[in-house]
Amino acid sequence: MYTLSSKLKLTAIIFMIVGAIGLVIGFLQAPSNLDDVKEIIAAEGHHGETSHHEEAEANFADAEQGVVNDAHAADSHDAEHLEHKLHQLQNKPWAAVYVAAFFFFMISLGALAFYALQYASQAGWSPVLFRVMEAISAYIVPGGIIMFVLLALSGFHLNHLFVWMDPEVVAHDEIIQNKTAYLNVPFFLIRAAIFLGGWFLFRHFLVKNSRKLDEATDNAYFKKNFKLSAGFLVFFLVSESMMSWDWIMSLDPHWFSTLFGWYVFSSMFVSGITVIALVSIYLKSRGYLPFVNNSHIHDLAKFMFGISIFWTYLWFSQFMLIWYSNIPEEVVYFISRIENYSLPFFGMVALNFLFPLLVLMNSDFKRMNWFVVMTGIIILVGHYLDVFTMVMPATVGESWFIGLPEISAVFFFGGLFTFVIFNALTKAPLLAKRNPYIKESEHFHY
Amino acid sequence: MASKVIHAIYNDDDLLLQGVKQVREARYHIGEIYTPMPVHGLDKAMGLAPTRLAITSFLYGLVGFAVSIAMMNFIMIEDWPQDIGGKPSFSFLENLPAFVPIMFELTVFFAAHLMVITFYMRSKLWPFKKAENPDVRTTDDMFLMEVDVANNNVEELTKFLYDTGAAEIKLIDNK
Repeated sequence: MYTLSSKLKLTAIIFMIVGAIGLVIGFLQAPSNLDDVKEIIAAEGHHGETSHHEEAEANFADAEQGVVNDAHAADSHDAEHLEHKLHQLQNKPWAAVYVAAFFFFMISLGALAFYALQYASQAGWSPVLFRVMEAISAYIVPGGIIMFVLLALSGFHLNHLFVWMDPEVVAHDEIIQNKTAYLNVPFFLIRAAIFLGGWFLFRHFLVKNSRKLDEATDNAYFKKNFKLSAGFLVFFLVSESMMSWDWIMSLDPHWFSTLFGWYVFSSMFVSGITVIALVSIYLKSRGYLPFVNNSHIHDLAKFMFGISIFWTYLWFSQFMLIWYSNIPEEVVYFISRIENYSLPFFGMVALNFLFPLLVLMNSDFKRMNWFVVMTGIIILVGHYLDVFTMVMPATVGESWFIGLPEISAVFFFGGLFTFVIFNALTKAPLLAKRNPYIKESEHFHY
Repeated sequence: MASKVIHAIYNDDDLLLQGVKQVREARYHIGEIYTPMPVHGLDKAMGLAPTRLAITSFLYGLVGFAVSIAMMNFIMIEDWPQDIGGKPSFSFLENLPAFVPIMFELTVFFAAHLMVITFYMRSKLWPFKKAENPDVRTTDDMFLMEVDVANNNVEELTKFLYDTGAAEIKLIDNK
């Protein structure tokens, strides 16, 4: 049995408190009216020299929201720009919370998908890691509820992350009008509730059966979990895809990409596997997982390597097709990212692709814990940036900056995530001892 | 080669793997092993040096990567500049996304093909080469271990190999 050390508990709680304080400050610092924005711009002191550039961007962002501004005179542009900047800065702390909340939620969801995959494929190598995966997936319940609350707050207009939720915008936007049958707040929240409810239920029964299997005399619960996992994977792939359209792609309601669901999936899958590896290595270093050997770590690292390349493949496929065809409605998505977000947008390719590719290519490096930990941290940073560049351009536009609210949100949700998963680890023995493949898994060597 | 070898034939890969470990523990020398399919972990059990094929593959991949860049820069930009997807910028970097799939393909192509050719050369395999396996059944379902007799007692060695689970033991006298 694992016991949550008070040191770890304290660290997690300190992170949560520090993050919460930072978030409160971040929300208080957000401007509440146009005068505040003027002050901020004056303090930044770049308005004069870059006005032409910003004007072009303002035009572009307006076009994205479907408001045709050709008739506006040039002098009204300044006021409009201020208004625009105000909305972006008001969105900023919300978007920071949204990115961090989704990032940690997707890690646990990715770990759950990986867990279900092990049952569905009847993998022989992994059962020694099942309890770690179960614990990481425990965060989908609090994390999912937080996500739902955030979406509901958007739906009740407490923030303006989703432009299509604004009736003013929709009234002037024919493209969104044509999508209202799908993109409307009640249906949006109902869908979110169905996805989350489904994932909670599948996770609940999978873990319950796995615990019962420990005390069972036959493999009935294993067979149940096999069927349950297969069912989960079917439900998951459909619901995850729709979830990514709803929660992320609809931030840019004019734009769509047919592989977006896969793209988000690859990101959550590699993050989930990375966290499984990191938690396993941590627990092993504390002497809790004597049955996990470096071949298990090797296999996890292979997955980190492979899925990182898979992510890059999807990232590039999405980019190249849109770049090649150069259709204004589609390409606007990448123009906003390359013009205003070029560092995180291209930086994450280095972090998510080049780094794991070069470091984890060597077979021996995959067995060295510190290599796996180092690469794992880089991968997690990279995939945070990935979520960041998916969410931020549509919500805060060019006013982005990784500052207090962003870092505080990561601290807060990181602390909560750590606390929840390590607390979940204490709930069951760390070895799923009655699993029919446990012997094979313990003896697994490469 | 004027030496005596014993051919011990096993009919199961797990038995073979155990046999290899026992033979090596008993300090007999294994010359070669012939198997109908790759046996996982056999190279480690035999104490063979790790293969360097992976490193060559990486280097071949780099060659392919470089060739693809040089080739496309020459073909599409320098020699006969082309309008790529309505973007007649005639710059390699600005048209890079269109070239990435080809870079990937050529990297894989070079890495895979040259690695296979290297493998054939290192294993001394080429077309029309006469098969070296001493017993045709090793291409079907039998695993053959060739143990050098050297100065050991043939009787003892035979008994030992029999105990490791060999199904058939033959003394081969190479004159």
